[in-house]
Amino acid sequence: MTDIPTLERTLIGAVAAAADEAALEAVRVSALGKKGSVSELLKTLGAMTPEERREKGPLINGLRDRVNAAIAERKAKLEEKALAARLAAERVDVTLPLQEGPQTRGRIHPISQVIDELTAIFADMGFSIAEGPDIETDFYNFTALNFPAGHPARDMHDTFFLPPDDNGERKVLRTHTSPVQIRTMLGQKPPIRVIIPGRTYRCDSDQTHTPMFHQVEGLVIDKSSHIGHLKWILEEFCKAFFEVDQVKMRFRPSFFPFTEPSAEVDIQCSRKGGEIRFGEGDDWLEILGCGMVHPNVLRNCGLDPDEYQGFAWGMGIDRIAMLKYGMPDLRPFFEADVRWLSHYGFRPLDLPTLAGGLSS
Amino acid sequence: MKFTLSWLKDHLDTDATVQDVADTLNRIGLEVEAVEDKAALFAPYVIAHVVSAEQHPNADRLRVCMVDTGRGEPPVQVVCGAPNARTGMKSVFAPAGTYIPGKGITLTVGTIRGVESRGMLCSAFELELSDDHEGIIDLPEDAPVGQPFAAYAGIDDPVIEIAVTPNRADALGIAGIARDLAAAGLGRLKTPAVAAVPGKGPCPVSVSLAFTGEDAHLCPAFALRLVRGVKNGPSPAWLQRRLKAIGLRPINALVDITNYITFDRGRPLHVFDAKKVTGNLVVRHARDGEEVLALDGRSYALDPSMVVIADDNGVESIGGIMGGEHSGCDETTTDVLIESALWDPLNIAQTGRKLGIVSDARYRFERGVDPAFCEPGLALATQMVLDLCGGEASEATLAGTIPDTRRALAFPYAEVKRLTGLDLPAETMRGTLEALGFLVAGTGDVVEVMPPSWRADIEGKADLVEEVMRITGLDNVPAVPFPRLEAAVAKPVLTLLQKRTRLAKRTLAARGLVEAVTWSFIGKAEAGLFGGGDPRLALANPIAPELSDMRPSLVPGLARAAQKNADRGHPDVALFEVGQVFASDEPEGQTIVACALRRGTARAEGVGRRWDGEAKPVDVFDAKADAMALLAALGIPTGGLQIVPGGPDWYHPGRSATLQFGPKAVIGAFGELHPRILKALDIKGPLVAFELTLDALPAPKAKPTKMKPKLALSDFQPLTRDFAFVVDREVAAAEIVKSAGAADRNLVTDVTVFDVYEGPHVGEGKKSVAIAVTLQPTDKTLTDAEIEAVSAKIVEQVAKKTGATLRG
Repeated sequence: MTDIPTLERTLIGAVAAAADEAALEAVRVSALGKKGSVSELLKTLGAMTPEERREKGPLINGLRDRVNAAIAERKAKLEEKALAARLAAERVDVTLPLQEGPQTRGRIHPISQVIDELTAIFADMGFSIAEGPDIETDFYNFTALNFPAGHPARDMHDTFFLPPDDNGERKVLRTHTSPVQIRTMLGQKPPIRVIIPGRTYRCDSDQTHTPMFHQVEGLVIDKSSHIGHLKWILEEFCKAFFEVDQVKMRFRPSFFPFTEPSAEVDIQCSRKGGEIRFGEGDDWLEILGCGMVHPNVLRNCGLDPDEYQGFAWGMGIDRIAMLKYGMPDLRPFFEADVRWLSHYGFRPLDLPTLAGGLSS
Repeated sequence: MKFTLSWLKDHLDTDATVQDVADTLNRIGLEVEAVEDKAALFAPYVIAHVVSAEQHPNADRLRVCMVDTGRGEPPVQVVCGAPNARTGMKSVFAPAGTYIPGKGITLTVGTIRGVESRGMLCSAFELELSDDHEGIIDLPEDAPVGQPFAAYAGIDDPVIEIAVTPNRADALGIAGIARDLAAAGLGRLKTPAVAAVPGKGPCPVSVSLAFTGEDAHLCPAFALRLVRGVKNGPSPAWLQRRLKAIGLRPINALVDITNYITFDRGRPLHVFDAKKVTGNLVVRHARDGEEVLALDGRSYALDPSMVVIADDNGVESIGGIMGGEHSGCDETTTDVLIESALWDPLNIAQTGRKLGIVSDARYRFERGVDPAFCEPGLALATQMVLDLCGGEASEATLAGTIPDTRRALAFPYAEVKRLTGLDLPAETMRGTLEALGFLVAGTGDVVEVMPPSWRADIEGKADLVEEVMRITGLDNVPAVPFPRLEAAVAKPVLTLLQKRTRLAKRTLAARGLVEAVTWSFIGKAEAGLFGGGDPRLALANPIAPELSDMRPSLVPGLARAAQKNADRGHPDVALFEVGQVFASDEPEGQTIVACALRRGTARAEGVGRRWDGEAKPVDVFDAKADAMALLAALGIPTGGLQIVPGGPDWYHPGRSATLQFGPKAVIGAFGELHPRILKALDIKGPLVAFELTLDALPAPKAKPTKMKPKLALSDFQPLTRDFAFVVDREVAAAEIVKSAGAADRNLVTDVTVFDVYEGPHVGEGKKSVAIAVTLQPTDKTLTDAEIEAVSAKIVEQVAKKTGATLRG
């Protein structure tokens, strides 16, 4: 009969000495396996008398339980160790830089962004977006807009011409978005509320002019809208667009062939350190032209100026983008320089909304 | 248009400051471009007495002056280098701290050769009064010491420059500006009336207007008068000062008088030296081949569309634009013919444009001068000539007739409220119109208004509303909230194309592409390479040869831009543009295209080299991925989409495809750019692109509700079976995928290609395409036999459609 305490010491010692899970398993088999030393002892219980069993049973079962416990404890320790070794081996340098992902690299051009901002503001006031062709006829670009042939105001437009057709008529690249006013008035019945963003062209190129630029035009036609409404719309627009609580605007009478009365609008601002701020300061910056649609233009569109009335305004999209976001020059807008686009462009999902704010 | 404050005050009785005047001008529509306040500029300069001027101890050419500034301070020591500095003289002193415009410096207290100098005695050059820098200003003995020099010399007159809109010809004369200001309440109009000037005997030179009836408008009236025995020479100082202040160069009294009246009254005139005029004057069309040397010293070739004044010598003047050198007036002129005429604005504008002459006369005549002032203008000029140059005037002769421009416009006062919202008393409106020179007849709600002769721009009641509004001031128009058309939540306003355009931009940006806005016009050669080149789309007056033709495609602009970025050191660029292209000059020929272009290694996943992988150059599948991603984002169903190998000519024929829903429903293309195109544009690849015409995309089907179709989920596990087929190299993988899917449309829910192999294992001209087919049972688990049956059908279908064999 084996000496139980000795066997226990031997087995516990072997468990503690097992260096890995395989060695531990070997110890387990040697003790608790079919032929194991403890199993062999357990087998002897069957042949014992009840008295012997009552005496030896707890000793042998106790031995089994303690060895089992020792093995489980050791196993847990070894697993822990193995995991720690694996984790150490699996370690990577998480400071390795990633390539920039597409959402990080992609950009929306400031012109698209500003058009989306304009759309958000004016859609809320019930304006839809009207569009028209870049290649226009003289009728839509000038005549219908009350530019008399040879009038100096026509000259001031630096028009790009296309070759004359068989009838000697030359199409033009539209010099403003105003021809879309005519197309809209001819194409739909009042009440009309539209804004017209788009590309426009003048054959002029210097520091502050490019042969292509962008305008947005607004048009309201109904039976009651007047200059007072126009002033309110433009003031509300400027506050919303420039995202300031207050703006001070100055309306100066002016002249456009297609509006009567006409005005130009300046916005009050301060310029400090190359930064323009609205709603403060004592500089004036011209931002748009506007007026009541000229009776001749209404007539040209088949509308009776004694029945219908309305107003229109127009401004440079590129210009208001520069004023809001601080690009110093116009020319880079069209040079597709990724350095400029990445800097002044907008993140892909920066979608302007009134609910969330136009800019983030 | 420039004028000085004192000149304005000849016409306007006011004590308004220059700032009041400027503010009011802005308010009434005469936009102030600049105000030059000379009084402020010259404020530090005072008249001083040189108490003593002694030789500088250390410099032969310098003098040490003690200067009494007349301000009660002890004499100031000034070191002066002027040869004319002398004891007892009166000159102009500027203390330290003064800005000297002629030198662009600010004076400081300095020590010159050991002697302190605390200011400067100034030359006319240093004050930018003349080119004279020979010595300091030498004032008369009685010049008041201590007084501001500018006021004494009459150079403190503030200069105001305004921008005059094309409709306001009347504001091109100072009298007209004064009238507006008076109407706006800034003072009382006091322009002196022009008195008739009696003449002695008829004008010896006659004028004939050589026009037929339909050309009569070219010169409706021509008034002429001779003044004999004049003495021409420099005009008086006050006149020269005014002309100089507004940027004109004094010439001689006769010429200066015409310039003065041009600005004073907006009435251009011309003077001929009568002794150089041969015979009588005739106003006629120029003749082919005629030339004239004009007063600007340049020679102009004329054509019959132009109107000239000629005598027996030939052309003496370009009517209404510029006189000729030959009969111009100079110091020797003793007999002068003064012309005051009316010209056709349109013809003047055309002639001026053709000849490239910008003159004060053209500027006014092409906007329209006051016809009623034609003869008074001549009288005013005659009187000035008599006053300044002496002589004896003849009677005036008038060819043609002064047009009668009188017209009555019905004006309902309510129109002001209707168009502006301004609620004004009728008397106020009437008063404003009358102050501007309109005659108002009647007393009711609707009155008859007769515009003054100088307001040819007034056509109807809207113009009268503008007059009332601008004088009242737009700032006084209350802003009125603009009501919604319906009291409701704002409705969506964008069209399908507008929504798709917006979404396309955001989608492409989210794929790492940077949005560019490139010119709508490109070079002719490029246009030809990209399917354009129609002469009807070539600009007649391009600004540069590379910006000559309306673009047929967005690819060339982006490709050029990509190359420019590469040249700047950014070779891996991904650009996109959503914009218009032009197939014809009709509105229908203009469509919106989304186009993306990738260069170098600018792939969606990442750009450039990376520590865990190579830098893969872009290929056709990057372009395809962009195109397909856009279609997916736009919600275009791609079930019926055909990807036909080969694209437009500018793509690599073997690495491009056309996207279409049928041969007549092409929506775009993608691919690598053709090597020939890269060579022609002198740009380097790899360069891939896609183009999608947004107008060509099918519209979604209209649905009665927003409900999505019912979701049918299967309770049974899907299973996947792999097949490797060997086919001819030319067989399109899409055909294999399509055939496999068609084998059992109920069971097969997905087919993917997971491997493509070409090489020795499959033989020459062959390839292996391995697909994974997903089967989704819907009503029961499939038995092995059923799976086998479907698999066999798939193999059979693919073999039948593509000639494939199952790879062993």
